Amino acid sequence: MSEAPSAWTVARAFNQIALESFGGGLSAWSREVVVQERGWMTDEEFLSATTICRILPGANQVNLAVFVGLKLRGVVGAVSAVCGLVAVPGILVLVVGAIYLRVRDVPAVQHVLAGMAAAAVGLTFSVAWRQGRATLVSAIPCFLAGMTVLLSAMFRTPLWLILFLLGPLGFWWAWRRAAA
Amino acid sequence: MSNRLLQICMVFGSASLLSFGGGSAIVPELQLQTVHDYGWLTSRQFADSFAITQVTPGPSTLLVTLLGYRADGLAGALLATVAMIVPASVLVGVVTMLWLRTGHARWHVALERGIAPIAVGLVVASGIIIARTVDHGVSAWAVTLAAGLVLGVTKLNPLAVVCAGGVIGLLLNSV
Repeated sequence: MSEAPSAWTVARAFNQIALESFGGGLSAWSREVVVQERGWMTDEEFLSATTICRILPGANQVNLAVFVGLKLRGVVGAVSAVCGLVAVPGILVLVVGAIYLRVRDVPAVQHVLAGMAAAAVGLTFSVAWRQGRATLVSAIPCFLAGMTVLLSAMFRTPLWLILFLLGPLGFWWAWRRAAA
Repeated sequence: MSNRLLQICMVFGSASLLSFGGGSAIVPELQLQTVHDYGWLTSRQFADSFAITQVTPGPSTLLVTLLGYRADGLAGALLATVAMIVPASVLVGVVTMLWLRTGHARWHVALERGIAPIAVGLVVASGIIIARTVDHGVSAWAVTLAAGLVLGVTKLNPLAVVCAGGVIGLLLNSV
Protein backbone atom coordinates (compact mmCIF):
# COMPACT_ATOMS: atom_id res chain seq x y z
CA MET A 1 0.00 0.00 0.00
CA SER A 2 1.77 3.10 -1.20
CA GLU A 3 -0.62 5.82 -0.09
CA ALA A 4 -3.58 5.98 2.28
CA PRO A 5 -6.84 6.02 0.29
CA SER A 6 -9.10 9.05 0.69
CA ALA A 7 -12.10 8.96 3.02
CA TRP A 8 -14.38 9.02 -0.04
CA THR A 9 -12.60 5.98 -1.52
CA VAL A 10 -13.01 4.09 1.76
CA ALA A 11 -16.72 4.96 1.93
CA ARG A 12 -17.26 3.89 -1.69
CA ALA A 13 -15.45 0.59 -1.13
CA PHE A 14 -17.71 -0.30 1.82
CA ASN A 15 -20.79 0.83 -0.07
CA GLN A 16 -19.71 -1.58 -2.81
CA ILE A 17 -19.26 -4.38 -0.26
CA ALA A 18 -22.74 -3.73 1.16
CA LEU A 19 -24.53 -3.59 -2.18
CA GLU A 20 -22.86 -6.62 -3.70
CA SER A 21 -23.72 -8.91 -0.83
CA PHE A 22 -26.85 -10.20 0.79
CA GLY A 23 -27.58 -11.69 4.18
CA GLY A 24 -24.81 -14.04 5.19
CA GLY A 25 -22.52 -13.33 2.26
CA LEU A 26 -21.03 -10.13 3.66
CA SER A 27 -17.85 -11.38 5.29
CA ALA A 28 -16.82 -13.21 2.13
CA TRP A 29 -17.33 -10.03 0.13
CA SER A 30 -15.43 -7.90 2.64
CA ARG A 31 -12.40 -10.12 2.19
CA GLU A 32 -12.77 -10.05 -1.60
CA VAL A 33 -12.75 -6.26 -1.70
CA VAL A 34 -10.41 -5.36 1.18
CA VAL A 35 -7.73 -8.02 0.65
CA GLN A 36 -7.86 -9.05 -3.00
CA GLU A 37 -9.27 -6.15 -4.94
CA ARG A 38 -7.83 -3.18 -3.04
CA GLY A 39 -4.87 -4.81 -1.30
CA TRP A 40 -5.50 -2.74 1.84
CA MET A 41 -4.67 -5.62 4.20
CA THR A 42 -2.94 -8.98 4.04
CA ASP A 43 -4.92 -12.15 4.66
CA GLU A 44 -3.31 -12.47 8.09
CA GLU A 45 -4.19 -8.93 9.12
CA PHE A 46 -7.72 -9.48 7.88
CA LEU A 47 -8.08 -12.66 9.95
CA SER A 48 -6.99 -11.00 13.18
CA ALA A 49 -9.35 -8.14 12.37
CA THR A 50 -12.33 -10.45 11.93
CA THR A 51 -11.38 -12.18 15.17
CA ILE A 52 -11.58 -8.95 17.14
CA CYS A 53 -14.81 -8.02 15.42
CA ARG A 54 -16.37 -11.32 16.47
CA ILE A 55 -15.30 -11.11 20.11
CA LEU A 56 -16.58 -7.59 20.59
CA PRO A 57 -20.25 -6.65 20.66
CA GLY A 58 -21.77 -5.10 17.55
CA ALA A 59 -22.60 -6.35 14.08
CA ASN A 60 -19.51 -8.08 12.69
CA GLN A 61 -19.61 -6.19 9.40
CA VAL A 62 -19.94 -2.79 11.04
CA ASN A 63 -17.12 -3.65 13.40
CA LEU A 64 -14.94 -4.74 10.50
CA ALA A 65 -15.64 -1.44 8.74
CA VAL A 66 -14.49 0.38 11.90
CA PHE A 67 -11.32 -1.71 12.06
CA VAL A 68 -10.36 -1.34 8.41
CA GLY A 69 -11.29 2.34 8.25
CA LEU A 70 -9.33 3.09 11.41
CA LYS A 71 -6.27 1.28 10.13
CA LEU A 72 -6.38 3.04 6.76
CA ARG A 73 -7.22 6.57 7.81
CA GLY A 74 -7.86 6.91 11.54
CA VAL A 75 -11.18 8.08 12.96
CA VAL A 76 -12.23 9.80 9.72
CA GLY A 77 -11.63 6.52 7.87
CA ALA A 78 -13.70 4.55 10.38
CA VAL A 79 -16.64 6.96 10.13
CA SER A 80 -16.43 6.92 6.31
CA ALA A 81 -16.34 3.13 6.19
CA VAL A 82 -19.38 2.74 8.48
CA CYS A 83 -21.38 5.41 6.62
CA GLY A 84 -20.49 3.77 3.32
CA LEU A 85 -21.65 0.42 4.66
CA VAL A 86 -25.04 1.47 6.05
CA ALA A 87 -26.23 4.68 4.34
CA VAL A 88 -27.57 3.34 1.04
CA PRO A 89 -28.71 -0.06 2.44
CA GLY A 90 -30.50 1.77 5.28
CA ILE A 91 -32.55 3.78 2.77
CA LEU A 92 -33.19 0.62 0.74
CA VAL A 93 -34.53 -1.21 3.78
CA LEU A 94 -36.95 1.62 4.52
CA VAL A 95 -38.15 1.78 0.91
CA VAL A 96 -38.72 -1.97 0.74
CA GLY A 97 -40.43 -1.81 4.14
CA ALA A 98 -42.74 0.99 2.93
CA ILE A 99 -43.64 -0.93 -0.24
CA TYR A 100 -44.38 -3.93 1.93
CA LEU A 101 -46.80 -1.90 4.07
CA ARG A 102 -48.87 -1.05 0.98
CA VAL A 103 -49.07 -4.56 -0.38
CA ARG A 104 -49.07 -6.71 2.73
CA ASP A 105 -52.78 -7.48 2.58
CA VAL A 106 -52.59 -8.95 -0.91
CA PRO A 107 -52.77 -12.75 -0.36
CA ALA A 108 -50.16 -13.51 -3.04
CA VAL A 109 -47.70 -11.12 -1.36
CA GLN A 110 -48.34 -12.76 1.99
CA HIS A 111 -47.61 -16.18 0.54
CA VAL A 112 -44.42 -14.95 -1.11
CA LEU A 113 -43.29 -13.30 2.12
CA ALA A 114 -44.13 -16.38 4.19
CA GLY A 115 -42.03 -18.46 1.83
CA MET A 116 -39.19 -15.93 1.95
CA ALA A 117 -39.34 -15.77 5.73
CA ALA A 118 -39.22 -19.57 5.91
CA ALA A 119 -36.17 -19.63 3.63
CA ALA A 120 -34.55 -16.81 5.62
CA VAL A 121 -34.86 -18.95 8.73
CA GLY A 122 -33.11 -21.72 6.76
CA LEU A 123 -30.35 -19.23 5.97
CA THR A 124 -29.98 -18.52 9.68
CA PHE A 125 -29.70 -22.23 10.45
CA SER A 126 -27.12 -22.73 7.70
CA VAL A 127 -24.98 -19.95 9.20
CA ALA A 128 -25.21 -21.69 12.58
CA TRP A 129 -24.32 -24.99 10.91
CA ARG A 130 -21.17 -23.51 9.32
CA GLN A 131 -20.06 -21.85 12.52
CA GLY A 132 -21.02 -24.88 14.58
CA ARG A 133 -18.90 -27.31 12.58
CA ALA A 134 -15.78 -25.31 13.41
CA THR A 135 -16.80 -24.55 16.99
CA LEU A 136 -18.63 -27.48 18.53
CA VAL A 137 -15.65 -29.80 18.74
CA SER A 138 -16.23 -31.45 22.13
CA ALA A 139 -18.78 -31.96 24.91
CA ILE A 140 -18.38 -28.60 26.67
CA PRO A 141 -18.94 -26.34 23.63
CA CYS A 142 -21.90 -28.54 22.59
CA PHE A 143 -23.32 -28.17 26.09
CA LEU A 144 -22.81 -24.39 25.96
CA ALA A 145 -24.52 -24.08 22.58
CA GLY A 146 -27.38 -26.37 23.62
CA MET A 147 -27.96 -24.53 26.89
CA THR A 148 -27.92 -21.22 25.01
CA VAL A 149 -30.61 -22.45 22.58
CA LEU A 150 -32.71 -23.67 25.50
CA LEU A 151 -32.34 -20.49 27.57
CA SER A 152 -32.76 -18.08 24.69
CA ALA A 153 -35.42 -19.75 22.54
CA MET A 154 -37.47 -21.63 25.17
CA PHE A 155 -37.13 -19.51 28.31
CA ARG A 156 -36.44 -16.16 26.57
CA THR A 157 -33.60 -15.43 28.98
CA PRO A 158 -32.00 -12.00 28.42
CA LEU A 159 -28.58 -12.12 26.77
CA TRP A 160 -26.66 -10.56 29.66
CA LEU A 161 -27.89 -13.32 31.95
CA ILE A 162 -26.94 -16.02 29.44
CA LEU A 163 -23.44 -14.58 29.14
CA PHE A 164 -23.24 -14.25 32.91
CA LEU A 165 -24.24 -17.90 33.42
CA LEU A 166 -22.40 -19.58 30.56
CA GLY A 167 -19.56 -17.18 29.71
CA PRO A 168 -17.26 -18.20 32.61
CA LEU A 169 -17.51 -21.90 31.69
CA GLY A 170 -16.71 -21.10 28.05
CA PHE A 171 -13.76 -18.94 29.02
CA TRP A 172 -12.41 -21.56 31.44
CA TRP A 173 -12.74 -24.30 28.80
CA ALA A 174 -10.99 -22.24 26.12
CA TRP A 175 -8.33 -21.01 28.55
CA ARG A 176 -7.31 -24.59 29.46
CA ARG A 177 -7.40 -25.59 25.82
CA ALA A 178 -5.19 -22.68 24.82
CA ALA A 179 -2.56 -23.94 27.25
CA ALA A 180 -2.54 -27.47 25.84
CA MET B 1 -36.16 14.58 23.16
CA SER B 2 -39.48 12.76 23.39
CA ASN B 3 -39.98 9.85 25.71
CA ARG B 4 -40.26 7.41 22.80
CA LEU B 5 -36.98 8.54 21.25
CA LEU B 6 -35.30 8.19 24.61
CA GLN B 7 -36.59 4.61 24.87
CA ILE B 8 -35.29 3.87 21.37
CA CYS B 9 -31.89 5.19 22.42
CA MET B 10 -31.90 2.96 25.50
CA VAL B 11 -33.10 -0.21 23.78
CA PHE B 12 -30.77 -0.10 20.79
CA GLY B 13 -27.87 1.52 22.59
CA SER B 14 -27.78 -1.28 25.15
CA ALA B 15 -28.44 -3.91 22.46
CA SER B 16 -25.40 -2.53 20.64
CA LEU B 17 -23.15 -3.24 23.60
CA LEU B 18 -24.79 -6.60 24.29
CA SER B 19 -24.70 -7.95 20.75
CA PHE B 20 -21.91 -10.45 21.25
CA GLY B 21 -21.73 -12.91 18.38
CA GLY B 22 -22.84 -10.48 15.71
CA GLY B 23 -26.12 -9.22 14.33
CA SER B 24 -28.19 -12.41 14.36
CA ALA B 25 -27.30 -13.21 17.96
CA ILE B 26 -29.08 -10.09 19.20
CA VAL B 27 -32.34 -10.86 17.34
CA PRO B 28 -33.99 -12.74 20.27
CA GLU B 29 -33.20 -9.86 22.63
CA LEU B 30 -34.51 -7.26 20.17
CA GLN B 31 -37.71 -9.26 19.73
CA LEU B 32 -38.16 -9.49 23.49
CA GLN B 33 -37.77 -5.74 23.96
CA THR B 34 -39.54 -4.26 20.93
CA VAL B 35 -42.46 -6.73 20.81
CA HIS B 36 -43.03 -7.91 24.38
CA ASP B 37 -41.65 -5.12 26.57
CA TYR B 38 -42.49 -1.99 24.54
CA GLY B 39 -45.08 -3.25 22.06
CA TRP B 40 -43.77 -1.11 19.21
CA LEU B 41 -44.75 -3.81 16.73
CA THR B 42 -46.39 -7.24 16.64
CA SER B 43 -44.36 -10.43 16.45
CA ARG B 44 -45.73 -10.90 12.94
CA GLN B 45 -44.37 -7.47 11.92
CA PHE B 46 -41.09 -8.34 13.57
CA ALA B 47 -40.77 -11.51 11.51
CA ASP B 48 -41.64 -9.58 8.33
CA SER B 49 -39.03 -6.95 9.16
CA PHE B 50 -36.49 -9.72 9.65
CA ALA B 51 -37.33 -11.19 6.23
CA ILE B 52 -37.08 -7.76 4.58
CA THR B 53 -33.57 -7.19 5.96
CA GLN B 54 -32.57 -10.64 4.73
CA VAL B 55 -33.48 -9.81 1.14
CA THR B 56 -32.12 -6.27 1.00
CA PRO B 57 -28.38 -5.75 0.59
CA GLY B 58 -26.24 -4.53 3.47
CA PRO B 59 -25.59 -5.69 7.01
CA SER B 60 -28.53 -7.55 8.57
CA THR B 61 -28.21 -5.30 11.62
CA LEU B 62 -30.29 -2.82 9.59
CA LEU B 63 -33.22 -4.72 11.06
CA VAL B 64 -33.01 -2.04 13.76
CA THR B 65 -33.69 0.65 11.13
CA LEU B 66 -37.08 -0.94 10.46
CA LEU B 67 -37.77 -1.53 14.15
CA GLY B 68 -36.97 2.12 14.86
CA TYR B 69 -39.26 3.17 12.02
CA ARG B 70 -42.15 1.18 13.51
CA ALA B 71 -41.49 2.74 16.88
CA ASP B 72 -41.31 6.39 15.85
CA GLY B 73 -41.16 7.03 12.09
CA LEU B 74 -38.10 8.37 10.28
CA ALA B 75 -36.59 9.94 13.39
CA GLY B 76 -36.94 6.59 15.13
CA ALA B 77 -35.32 4.79 12.20
CA LEU B 78 -32.34 7.13 12.14
CA LEU B 79 -31.92 7.13 15.90
CA ALA B 80 -32.21 3.34 16.20
CA THR B 81 -29.55 2.88 13.50
CA VAL B 82 -27.17 5.36 15.10
CA ALA B 83 -27.81 3.97 18.61
CA MET B 84 -27.16 0.44 17.39
CA ILE B 85 -23.90 1.38 15.65
CA VAL B 86 -22.15 4.03 17.72
CA PRO B 87 -21.60 2.40 21.16
CA ALA B 88 -20.17 -0.85 19.79
CA SER B 89 -18.17 1.00 17.14
CA VAL B 90 -16.50 3.25 19.70
CA LEU B 91 -15.58 0.17 21.72
CA VAL B 92 -14.26 -1.59 18.62
CA GLY B 93 -12.28 1.52 17.69
CA VAL B 94 -10.57 1.66 21.08
CA VAL B 95 -9.80 -2.06 21.08
CA THR B 96 -8.55 -1.90 17.49
CA MET B 97 -6.02 0.76 18.44
CA LEU B 98 -4.85 -1.33 21.39
CA TRP B 99 -4.81 -4.54 19.34
CA LEU B 100 -2.73 -2.99 16.56
CA ARG B 101 -0.09 -2.42 19.27
CA THR B 102 -0.30 -5.48 21.55
CA GLY B 103 -0.73 -8.54 19.33
CA HIS B 104 -2.09 -11.87 20.51
CA ALA B 105 -2.56 -12.71 24.18
CA ARG B 106 -3.85 -15.93 25.71
CA TRP B 107 -6.96 -14.27 27.14
CA HIS B 108 -7.84 -12.99 23.64
CA VAL B 109 -7.81 -16.53 22.32
CA ALA B 110 -9.70 -17.92 25.31
CA LEU B 111 -12.35 -15.20 25.15
CA GLU B 112 -12.93 -15.71 21.45
CA ARG B 113 -13.10 -19.50 21.61
CA GLY B 114 -15.11 -19.56 24.83
CA ILE B 115 -17.83 -17.26 23.53
CA ALA B 116 -18.05 -18.92 20.11
CA PRO B 117 -20.28 -21.88 21.19
CA ILE B 118 -22.69 -19.48 22.93
CA ALA B 119 -22.81 -17.37 19.78
CA VAL B 120 -23.68 -20.45 17.70
CA GLY B 121 -26.48 -21.28 20.16
CA LEU B 122 -27.81 -17.73 19.88
CA VAL B 123 -27.95 -17.94 16.09
CA VAL B 124 -29.92 -21.21 16.31
CA ALA B 125 -32.23 -19.63 18.88
CA SER B 126 -32.92 -16.63 16.63
CA GLY B 127 -33.95 -19.04 13.86
CA ILE B 128 -36.33 -20.88 16.19
CA ILE B 129 -37.87 -17.68 17.55
CA ILE B 130 -38.48 -16.24 14.09
CA ALA B 131 -39.94 -19.54 12.90
CA ARG B 132 -42.35 -19.63 15.85
CA THR B 133 -43.55 -16.05 15.35
CA VAL B 134 -44.46 -16.58 11.70
CA ASP B 135 -46.67 -19.56 12.58
CA HIS B 136 -44.51 -22.15 10.91
CA GLY B 137 -46.59 -25.00 9.47
CA VAL B 138 -45.31 -28.24 8.00
CA SER B 139 -44.77 -26.74 4.54
CA ALA B 140 -42.95 -23.73 5.98
CA TRP B 141 -40.64 -26.02 7.93
CA ALA B 142 -40.02 -27.99 4.75
CA VAL B 143 -38.97 -24.77 2.98
CA THR B 144 -36.79 -23.82 5.97
CA LEU B 145 -35.11 -27.20 6.02
CA ALA B 146 -34.58 -27.27 2.26
CA ALA B 147 -33.15 -23.74 2.25
CA GLY B 148 -30.88 -24.56 5.19
CA LEU B 149 -29.60 -27.71 3.49
CA VAL B 150 -29.03 -26.03 0.13
CA LEU B 151 -27.17 -23.14 1.75
CA GLY B 152 -25.26 -25.44 4.06
CA VAL B 153 -23.79 -27.63 1.32
CA THR B 154 -23.60 -25.28 -1.68
CA LYS B 155 -22.21 -21.80 -2.23
CA LEU B 156 -25.40 -20.48 -3.80
CA ASN B 157 -26.18 -16.81 -3.24
CA PRO B 158 -28.47 -16.60 -0.18
CA LEU B 159 -30.64 -14.03 -1.98
CA ALA B 160 -31.41 -16.55 -4.72
CA VAL B 161 -32.40 -19.17 -2.15
CA VAL B 162 -34.59 -16.75 -0.17
CA CYS B 163 -36.32 -15.61 -3.39
CA ALA B 164 -36.84 -19.25 -4.37
CA GLY B 165 -38.51 -19.68 -0.97
CA GLY B 166 -40.88 -16.85 -1.92
CA VAL B 167 -41.79 -18.54 -5.21
CA ILE B 168 -42.38 -21.85 -3.43
CA GLY B 169 -44.54 -20.06 -0.85
CA LEU B 170 -46.66 -18.63 -3.64
CA LEU B 171 -46.98 -21.97 -5.47
CA LEU B 172 -47.81 -23.98 -2.35
CA ASN B 173 -50.61 -21.68 -1.31
CA SER B 174 -52.21 -21.01 -4.67
CA VAL B 175 -52.52 -24.68 -5.62
